Amino acid sequence: MSHDGHHAVVIPAPGPEFQPHTVAHHFDTPVQEFQSAKLGFWLFLATEILLFGGLFAAYFYFHEMYPETFRLGGKQLDWQLGALNTAVLLASSWTMAMGVRAAQTSQKKLLLRYCGLTVLGALIFMAVKFVEYSAKDAHGFVVFADLFAPYDTATGQIPWFQDYDGHMAGVPHGHLFFAIYLTMTAIHGLHVLIGAGLILWIMKGAAKGRFHAGYYLPVDLVGLYWHLVDLIWIFLFPLLYLVP
Amino acid sequence: MTTNVPALDAGAAAAGPRRNFLDVATGFWSWASTLDHKRIGLMYLVGVSLAFLCGGLFALLVRLHLWEPHGTLFSNADYNQIFTLHGAFMVFLFVIPAIPGSLGNILLPLMLGAKDVALPRLNLLSFYLWLVGAALATLAIVFGGFDTGWTFYTPYSLYTEQAVVTIGLAVFVLGFSSIFTGLNFIVTVHKLRAPGMTWFRMPLFVWALYATSLLQVLATPVLGITVLLVAFERLYHVGIFDPRLGGDPVLFEHFFWFYSHPAVYIMVLPAFGIISELVSVHSRKPVFGYKLIAYSSIAIAVISFLVWGHHMFTSGQSTYAMFAFSFLTFFVAIPTAIKEFSWVATVWRGSIALNSPMLYTLAFLIIFSIGGLTGVILGALAVNLHLHDTYFVVAHFHYVMMGSIAVAFFAGLHHWWPKIFGVMYDEFLAKIACGIIFVGFNATFIPQFIMGSRGMPRRYATYVPDYTDFHKASTIGAIVLGCGIALMVYYLVASLFQRRQAMQNHWGGVTLEWHAPTPPPVENFTTPPVVTTEVYDYSTLDLDTMRRPVQ
Ligand SMILES: [Cu+2]
Repeated sequence: MSHDGHHAVVIPAPGPEFQPHTVAHHFDTPVQEFQSAKLGFWLFLATEILLFGGLFAAYFYFHEMYPETFRLGGKQLDWQLGALNTAVLLASSWTMAMGVRAAQTSQKKLLLRYCGLTVLGALIFMAVKFVEYSAKDAHGFVVFADLFAPYDTATGQIPWFQDYDGHMAGVPHGHLFFAIYLTMTAIHGLHVLIGAGLILWIMKGAAKGRFHAGYYLPVDLVGLYWHLVDLIWIFLFPLLYLVP
Repeated sequence: MTTNVPALDAGAAAAGPRRNFLDVATGFWSWASTLDHKRIGLMYLVGVSLAFLCGGLFALLVRLHLWEPHGTLFSNADYNQIFTLHGAFMVFLFVIPAIPGSLGNILLPLMLGAKDVALPRLNLLSFYLWLVGAALATLAIVFGGFDTGWTFYTPYSLYTEQAVVTIGLAVFVLGFSSIFTGLNFIVTVHKLRAPGMTWFRMPLFVWALYATSLLQVLATPVLGITVLLVAFERLYHVGIFDPRLGGDPVLFEHFFWFYSHPAVYIMVLPAFGIISELVSVHSRKPVFGYKLIAYSSIAIAVISFLVWGHHMFTSGQSTYAMFAFSFLTFFVAIPTAIKEFSWVATVWRGSIALNSPMLYTLAFLIIFSIGGLTGVILGALAVNLHLHDTYFVVAHFHYVMMGSIAVAFFAGLHHWWPKIFGVMYDEFLAKIACGIIFVGFNATFIPQFIMGSRGMPRRYATYVPDYTDFHKASTIGAIVLGCGIALMVYYLVASLFQRRQAMQNHWGGVTLEWHAPTPPPVENFTTPPVVTTEVYDYSTLDLDTMRRPVQ
């Protein structure tokens, strides 16, 4: 009995290793609960796209304004590492989709395994990102140690943009490309980490048997989130690494 | 609207004191951890009211400072902080969240016949994000304040030695609070309507909140990334808004107004919704042009995404863009006028009861006509160039923000107060306060229209002596306005202690919230409602229930 005197709707567990799910009191049916959460999550994903939309707008604006800077800047990025990361994320999107499928078919072990693989993909992605950032650091494109150092108004020198080898000499405002590259990939990387954290949380619930054919909503939603993280990278990769 | 709800008859009369959402549990934790939309709405109400009083205090300081041409109270630098605080507190902590967060939260599920909003946890998170945002904004004052104006225009916001990063984070967090409220409302309207509650049986307040929510979800993320970029710019010199580094400060203005023009409608649409309900109930007449008002909310939401450039007529954007933005701006006037005329037509030949909520509503109708029409004047390109950044603009948007939105909020508060708390405030004092607020408000801002048209620039700590009389009149008006609001706060708070019983359906409304017990129980309705008649059908009004006092 819930507090308002109505019987709560309970979805039974399909087996002893699973837990039943109680539908929240303000919903009449499990379908209503599922659809509400799903619609809400799609709207949330729309806000994520709009958030990145601001960054993409800035990218296109300055690409128009300083085409040479962006052409030369793009050449300094390692497209092979970028392609590798694209492959890793695509593969992890597949493992995540398989994980959702496993949840829908009440295959607990399979769900755990696919989630584990997806987290592994996230870690590989971040490791490659680390290698990439280190290379940028070594060339002085983004000197991370000086990232937050104050800007010297007299010389106009941005502390984190040293460009030791003068690759970007001769084009206006070379730092702009790297500032946009860093901002976009760092915010995306943060999303990858959040996604990995969410998948770990799914694994914790999965181990307890919370997700099965009768109730797999959180797995579905985290899956959607992970695909969005993937999708954004699908746009970032060509824009930053290939278009120039 | 009739329903199968026997709620008022059965539950109330029988077994002793009935438990409502207010007394069902007590103690700090029962509020801090509540998932009940009505309790969350009340916490919002307390929060936004405090923010409003803070913002109002800053406003009074601004007005007192401007008593003399050379300024009376502050250094110029401090004055810049005070008016920025006034703007930032009012916009981000009060006007944007006020109506959806408080009245919207409490009433939306009740009006739809639902037990709660669709995502109660997210609802509580929205409120906590609001609290974090408010805390960060207050911290920013401690960290040295901010003097950029509420618009954070670059490049100044990049150069000033103040707590812009902290207030930027505050705005970012508040943005997500607003997004989550909007998201929640959209899902609730789509998925939690009671059986028989079709889209065109929804009260117009719900329609207005729905249109608002669309804007909150679709516009606010852009503000989020914009303030974040300003913070990054200050932290590691991204350069995109900084002209020294090859960036473009006008790009910031585009980003900012892409959100902040729709934000004007995030603020005003819920106010429209309140007025639509109140003109009907207090004229005891169905809303004239129900569908047109509903559609016009959506039309305003759509058009509002296409007019942001009208804030930037002097920024150096392309002339052709200015033509387009000016022309499109006029379009907003059409759905807005449809609403205004429909409200007036609703009152026409109605059985008008001049209760305090209705007086506030009539004040709104007058003030909003002026606020709306001066907006059309400012949308005209040539006139705008003359009036840009003058007190005329200040007066215009205060006629909308304070005179319309805040007054509509007061109207709604008075209207639903007996529903929410089951007690009535002092109607006599309420009418007096409404009069004082109306007079004080106009006395504050009519002089600002005049001196603005004569060239008085906004945001200056000092002014040439020619404007002295206007400024003095405006300051006196502001003091009167402040007294009116103080009186309102007094009798509203006092009503909670005096506990003068309200009626079950105090004004004779027929939308679903009046079918729930007063104050509503946690689950809102004792029996889930089923809607069988059209909205605003006053032939269904049950007079016996209406006049039964709350236990
Ligand atoms: Cu505007």
